[in-house]
Formats: sequence, C-alpha cells, structure tokens
Amino acid sequence: MEYEVIVVGGGHAGCEASLVASRKGHKTILITGNIKNIADMPCNPSIGGSAKGIVVREIDALGGEMGKNADKGQLQMKMLNNKKGPAVQALRAQADKITYPKEMLETLKKENNLTIYEALVEDLIVEGVKIKGVILENGEQIFGQTVILTTGTYLKADILVGDTRHREGPHGERPSQHLSDNLKKLGFQMIRLKTGTPQRIDKKTIDFSKTKEEYGSEQKYTFSFDSKPNYNLEEQIPCHLIYTTPETHQIIRDNLSKSSMYGGLNDITGVGPRYCPSIEDKIVRFRDKERHQLFLEPESLYYDDIYIQGFSTSMPHDVQEKMVHSLPGLENAKILKYAYAIEYDAIYPTQLKLSLETKLIENLFTAGQINGTSGYEEAACQGLMAGINACLKLEEKEPLILKRNEAYIGVLIDDLVTKGVIDPYRLLTSRAEYRLLLRHDNADLRLREYGYQVGLINEQQYQKLQYKKQEIKNAIGYLKTNKLIPTKKTNQILESLNSSSLKDGITLYDLLKRPEIKIEHLKQFYELSFDQDVLEQVEIEIKYEGYIKKALHEAEKMIDLDRKKIPIDIDYSKIHNLASEAKQKLNEIRPNSIGQALRISGVNPADISLLMVYIKKEYHYDRG
Amino acid sequence: MEDTIVAISTSLGVGAISIIRVSGKEAIPIVNKIFKGKDLNVVTTHTIHYGHIIDGLEIIDEVLVSIMRAPKTFTVEDVVEINAHGGIATTHRILELLLRTGCRPATPGEFTKRAFLNGRIDLIEAESIMDLISAKTETTRKMALSGVDGKVSALIHSLRHKIISLLANIEVNIDYPEYEDIAEMTVEELQKSMTSIELELKEILKNSKEGKMIKEGIKTSIIGRPNVGKSSILNRLLNEEKAIVTDIEGTTRDVVEGNIIIDGVMLNILDTAGIRQTENIVEQIGVKKSLELLEESELVLIVLNNNEILTEQDKQILEQAKNKNHIVIVNKKDLERKLDTRALEPDYIEVSALNDDGIDKIKNRIRELFHLEQFENRDMTYLTNARSIALVEKALDSLEEVKKGIEQNLPIDMVEIDLKNVWNILGEITGETYQDELIEQLFSQFCLGK
Repeated sequence: MEYEVIVVGGGHAGCEASLVASRKGHKTILITGNIKNIADMPCNPSIGGSAKGIVVREIDALGGEMGKNADKGQLQMKMLNNKKGPAVQALRAQADKITYPKEMLETLKKENNLTIYEALVEDLIVEGVKIKGVILENGEQIFGQTVILTTGTYLKADILVGDTRHREGPHGERPSQHLSDNLKKLGFQMIRLKTGTPQRIDKKTIDFSKTKEEYGSEQKYTFSFDSKPNYNLEEQIPCHLIYTTPETHQIIRDNLSKSSMYGGLNDITGVGPRYCPSIEDKIVRFRDKERHQLFLEPESLYYDDIYIQGFSTSMPHDVQEKMVHSLPGLENAKILKYAYAIEYDAIYPTQLKLSLETKLIENLFTAGQINGTSGYEEAACQGLMAGINACLKLEEKEPLILKRNEAYIGVLIDDLVTKGVIDPYRLLTSRAEYRLLLRHDNADLRLREYGYQVGLINEQQYQKLQYKKQEIKNAIGYLKTNKLIPTKKTNQILESLNSSSLKDGITLYDLLKRPEIKIEHLKQFYELSFDQDVLEQVEIEIKYEGYIKKALHEAEKMIDLDRKKIPIDIDYSKIHNLASEAKQKLNEIRPNSIGQALRISGVNPADISLLMVYIKKEYHYDRG
Repeated sequence: MEDTIVAISTSLGVGAISIIRVSGKEAIPIVNKIFKGKDLNVVTTHTIHYGHIIDGLEIIDEVLVSIMRAPKTFTVEDVVEINAHGGIATTHRILELLLRTGCRPATPGEFTKRAFLNGRIDLIEAESIMDLISAKTETTRKMALSGVDGKVSALIHSLRHKIISLLANIEVNIDYPEYEDIAEMTVEELQKSMTSIELELKEILKNSKEGKMIKEGIKTSIIGRPNVGKSSILNRLLNEEKAIVTDIEGTTRDVVEGNIIIDGVMLNILDTAGIRQTENIVEQIGVKKSLELLEESELVLIVLNNNEILTEQDKQILEQAKNKNHIVIVNKKDLERKLDTRALEPDYIEVSALNDDGIDKIKNRIRELFHLEQFENRDMTYLTNARSIALVEKALDSLEEVKKGIEQNLPIDMVEIDLKNVWNILGEITGETYQDELIEQLFSQFCLGK
C-alpha cells in the first residue's frame, strides 16, 4: 500500500496539509496519535488576533480550512485595532473548543482521498536522500512518496510542574519517543523549546461582578471570504478582564524557587517564548509593574472551563491554588486543570527550503510547531503551504513561495528558514515590512489567484474574485469621473461633515482624499451602487494611496534583491574579507538570493556588497 | 579621463592624519615633483615611502607616500596617497601645491566614478566596499563598513535608538491592542520627539555641509553692478595669496572655473570668465545671470559701490542673497558716501580695493562664516561623504512626512511608516541591519504575554 502523501500529526498544520493533498486528488493518509484530538486547541480558546487574524484570511484565500471552520462555532468575534489604520486591523474569534475540532474532523471525513489512521510514528524510511515512508511504533511500515511532519509539541514532550517532569504531551497524551532521535540520526539539528498554558477554572466558582466584561465587535464579521455571518450579535459570549494583585506577586516571589523554570527543575534546556512569558517571568523581569492584566476566556458552550489568559506558570499545584485565589473574583475559584509548562523537540528551521521541504531529505516536509513556531494559525498556514508544495512536487511543478510583500505566510516562512528561531516564533505585525500591503481586507485580492492556480479555489470562487476586481476598477473610475460643484447644498453637507466648503469643482475621488471624508459620506452626493467590500477596498486605496505607493516602492526594491540569485555552488570561504560570522551564517543557510542573504541576522549590508562583487567577478554574469 | 585629479580623502580636524589622494596618468610624476625623498617614478608598485613635501626649498610637511600603479588600484589608474599630518592649513597647502603642479580638484565622487567607469566595481556604494576589500584589520574593517566616523556614528546610533523606542511603543499597541496597561503612544508625545530628532539631524546636516564645503571648496560668486570693483577685490584676494591655480575647461558640469585658497579655505570661484583678461566681460554680467550664479553659490560676495546709490537691482540681489552665506562688501570707501548703508544688513564690510584696505576683514569673515576655527580646534560631528549627507537630507524629508501625517490626523500606524523610514535611512548611514532589533526592543521594553 503506497500513499502519495503521508501527514504525521492531526493538529492544525496536519489538518490543512491533509485537506490540501486529498482535495488536490492525491492519495493521502493522516496518521495521528489520537483521533479524538484532531484539530484540538490545547491552549488558548481563540483563533486569530493581531497578524494571526490576517493569516487566517490568507489561509482562506488560498483555499485552506481554518477560516471557514472558525466561522462555524465562535463565541464572539472582534475586529482588533479598529481605531487604527486598515493595515493593522485583524479579526479574532473566541472559538469553541468543542465545535472547532468536531467540525474539522467532519470536514476531514468527507474527503474521499483521505485515510485517517490512529498510530504513533517513530521512524522514517529513507533511501539515499529521499523519503519513502514512515515506521510506526509497532514496527508497521507505511510507504509514501512524500511525508509531511506536523508533530506539534509531541516530540519527546515533557510536562513540567514544580519539581516534576513527566514524559507526556498535552492532555496526558503519549508523545513520540524516538522520532526526534531518528531525525537527529538523519543529520537534523534538533532544538528544545518550551511553552506553557495557564489554569482552567470552573465558571460557576468565579465572582464575575469583580471583573470587567469584554464583548466582541458590534458589527458582524467572518474570517472566510465565502462564509456569511451566522450568529447573533446579542448572543456573543463575553470575556472578562481582571488584574493580578500585590498578594499574587508576593506569593510568586515567595515561591519562585519552586517554579520548574526558577529552580524547581535543574535540567531545563527548552527556551520559552518571549511574547508569551509565564507569570513568574513577568514578575521577575518587570519588577516595578504593580499589576498585570489577565483575561478570563470561555472555552466552550458545552463545558464550564474558563481559561486565564496571562497566567501561565510552572509552579507546583499548591502554589497555583494560592495564586489563583489571590485574584479578584477568583477567591473561591475551583481549578479544573492546573497550569503546566511543556518542553519538546523541534527542527532548527534553517534546515528547510522556502517550500518547507527539508534540505537534507528530498520529499520530506515539516510544518507547524516542529519548525519552531507557536500558535494555531502559524501552524495551519505552514501545513497548508507544506501540503501545497508536497503536491506540487508530486506533480513536478515549481513550489509556491509567497513573498514577504504578498502574505504574512511569506513573512513567516522566510523568517523561519532565513533567520532560524531562538524561542517559539509568533507572528507579529512588526515582523512584516510591508504590512500596508498585507491587510486582512485584501487577502483575497492578494492570494486567491494562487489558490486557483494550485487548484484549491474553484471556478465559482474565482469568478467572484474577478468580479470584485472589476468592480473595484469600476468604482474608482466612477469616483474619478463624477464631480461635485460648489452649490449651496453641497457646501452645507460638507460643513456638516466638518469639511471645508468648495470653491471649485472637485471629483469624488479627490474629495475622498480629505481625511475627514469617508466613502459613506459620498452617498449624500451620488448614488454608490457597489458592494460594501468593494467600497472598503476603494476607500483604502484612495485614502492611503500615497502610503501604499511608498510601500509598493519599498517592496519593489526587495523584489529586485530577491531576483538576484546566488549560485548554488558558491564557496563562501573564498570571499576575501567577509566577516567570519557572515561566512558561517551564509554557509549554514545557503540563501538562494541576495535579498534572502540580506535578511540573515549577522550578515551586514557590507558583507552583501562583498558577496555581490564576488559573484559578479567569479561568475562573469549579472544575475540581476 | 585624461587629467589627474586630487582630493583630500579624510575628514578635517585636529590631530587626525589627513590623506590626499591623487589619481590619473600623471599622478606619480606630479607628486614626485613636490616630494623630497626617493624618486617615486622608479619605485615598485604598492610601496610606501617616507619623505617631505616641499615647495621650492620650503618643507611643508613630513609625509608617507603610497605608490600604487594601475591597474590594481581603486580607480584602475595610477594612484598616490599622501599621508600628511593633518590640520586644515597644511593639508590645503599640499593640495594647493598639487593643483599648481598639474592636478585638478576632483569633483565629488569622482574617484568612485572613475573606479566604476574603469570597470573596477559594480554599481554598489563603491568607496566603502573597496576600503573594505583592502582593509587589513578588524578595526579598519569596521570603520570601512560604515564609511562614517565613529563620533557621528554614535550620534546617529543614539537617534536611531530614540526612534526605535517610539516604534516599539507604537508596535506594541498594534500587536497587543488589548493591553490597557501599556500606555498608548500619543500624537503629542510623538510630535515632541520628532522636533528634537529634527533639530539634531539639522545640526548634523549643517555641520556636514560646512565640513564638506571646506574640504571640497566653497562655491563662491562675486556679484555686483559694473564698475563696483569686483575684479579688483578678487585680484586683491589673489595677490595676497599669489594663488589662482587652475582653469578647468569643460571638465565638470559645475561652472567652477577657478580655485583660490585663502587662509586654508578653498574657494571655487564660479564663472570667472575672463576675470584676468579684461575687466569688461566680467563687468557685463546682467541681473538675471547674477541671480542664477547666486542660486548655485554656497558663498556670495556682493560688491556695492560706496559712491553710488542703491538700485532696484542691488536690492533684488541683496534680498535673494539672504538665505545664502553672504558677505556684503562696500567698496571704494575712500570715495564720498552716496550709498544708503542703513538699508544694508549692519555687518557689511567696508573696503577700498584700490588702497588694499579692509581685504583682511573679508578673509576673516569667510573663516567665521564657515566656522573654520571650530573645524580646526574642535572635533565637530559631521559627515563627509556626499552619500551620507544626502541620506540625512532624505531622513529629514521623511521626518517632514511624519509631521504632515500627524497634522492630517492619520492613524498612527500610517504615520509610523515614515518614522520607520527615517530609522532605516539612518541605519543606511551607519551600515546597520534592522528589523530583528525592533522585535528585540519590543520584548525587552514591554511586559507582554498570555
């Protein structure tokens, strides 16, 4: 029995990868340790957020599942940064931890080309430098032309609480014991990372009167470009905001040495995420802060767990009890699950190509936390891309590589394979240089075309995109050709909008450029019979035209550098006067373009200049 | 590219060694003429020689001279580098000697241009790369990396640091929108910081422009109506220094047509057409031409006649000159005063070219205007290469955009685009990479997490 694609792991990366492969008509098997945990959300009960919400839209634009699935059962939906500019707005849903996995599993089961198989993978079958399949715990061999590893935190996972360490994954699942060592034997450099999750509290034992309610947006949204909102604004479930107290801080300081990370265990090698520090980290590092914000988030409509966002810790259980009870409203709270830290193995991601294929073993792809990232969205988008590229490899086509100016997904993968990671990598808007181009509202315009080309977007969706593009053109044309003349009535309306009155005629286009004028206002002068999403695009494009042009210009510069290819056989040791750190880094990462080389940390612009001179001299041609 | 060019290739200042670089066919024989020591015409290539620079019998300075023959040189021409003891006066004296002996001053970036045209290098920032390639030690490597003097580098570094804290604050508000306990960066705060950064950048720019002018020569024009004595004044300046040096025919796009060095300051006189031949031609320059000249000049000497009343044309020129470095010279003070001097700025200088009276004052004023004393006695923070100066200007333009964005009430993440740009541009000056820094800053400055 041979498969075309073997996906190892049923988390967010594995689900997307399996769906891509089976939908593209390839015989696929998804091997997971526990079918019940498919698309599980072991940490926070939300999908999206700053930057991540944009990724979910990108996944949707390319034909992935996360956005659609999140739309099916969310508890509240919020547009973040809605008072800021369009570039940084992003959606976040409080997702139901029962509904999300259930819906995903159903979607997977509908796929004809997909087999779901419950087993632990412990080794790989490799011939020469090519992957041939996987070996299960019981010795059974499964053969496949491509393998995608999406093992999440399950490689040699250890759960850490106080001074205890247990070899297990989230929910007490059995981790993979040997796969990591076997990868090492194949020549992979493995790293150890750490992350953590806070306590879950019984909702019935919380006094919510001492908390501040946080609702979703008052407007309806969906992640997917194809879904329609199917929820009632009034039925959204709130989150609750509280703060740590001086007592909490005192308890933590008094017990610091009991935390796994602060002396409880002396064999910790995993590096934790900077953006998601434990509460003890926060109290140690930011000594003078009197209080820290915590969010109480509902996990599901079907059970009572409340997640304390911001309170992750590796303290022993008795200290956790005291900590939780020191919080306002949680004085009598019952802890349903204790917080823990988890240590796991990952592949140092510079060993990957931009297609997420490993450099060492042909047809072996990796995606998600195994690549050193953190977050459901980061995992899902890698799964999607690894799935797409494994299929393209089978089909003997060029890989799909999204550029930094095209998608957050492109930023993420480029960062991973070019810079490596120190701690689990989280996407941030600050990581994107051209974020004005990478908006949540234009993900379809940016990426659907690619989704269509690879066969994940159907004809109907594609026609819808073409229609939208055309409508945007039409609308801009309409605004450019229709003029306002300075009549008394016109000026009265303008005055009511706090806008200066007209002396000469002005096109609607130019009027919209005034900061105080919104596209909605134009309806007071002219009929605007365009769809809301079209008007939104048009407004952004016109209002921020200058800034968008600048971003495009900057992106153009980057693309130029990315076009300058570095010969595959280049010997960096021969480049005279290249700084030794640069030499080492270039040799390790072996970037395929000058642009990528420039993004390697530790490689200076001057090193790049030397490199360019060398290439020009040695290879006698201009690769520009 | 037949002629041999010369330029001072180090920044000016006390204590520093200055390097004068000569490139071209005649580079070696020309330097040999003013060098006392080995016969440079016969020494092997890529060697260094000790000796003295002499003007006739007078020893000007004790120097080391590097001889590099084509083609393995920066410009692919014969190149000589004279390492002198520094100081503006000595360095310029040597420059002056070389100009007299057959070199012409290099136009800005001309060495690099030659290197490029001779196929030596790619279109990349040539100079620092080549310095880098020839660098021997880690220290020189680092210096060459930036092409920027350590002190300026430190200053720009601190400006960038200021900007990155602002950026990190803005970014954290974006990436962690619900963290109420992190202060939201306000427009007022941003505006305040912008003003202080702008002031510092403008100071660097001003110093740099002056420094560059002193190094490369100050584009100077002498403007006035016919018969006010422009040529006499010029001749007086020249006579004292006995040093008009070159006539350059059509070699540059500038209209620089002659150089004089006064007390260590090189003036590139614009449009001296026929100054020495006949009084008439130069005297015939009309108002329009005068204004054009003025526009191009970095220093304008406006000559008025004490014996005549101010005309509308004079007033127009005086008005136009106000935003330039300028000196108002009232000539013919020996004659009866008909000029209404109350209409002039009070710091005008009265001279009599005829009696050689007051010429010193002009020279002193030039030194004052360009802070020559300070350049000689104090380490000024300034950039020397045209590229860096252009980058500071670009940074200031971008800063202007930031301010505009604030005024238009644009979302802070839009305004931030230009601020980030300022930061990037400044990074280009010091040759630093970025992006990761910002992330680092974000995490070290704020307490975040779930």
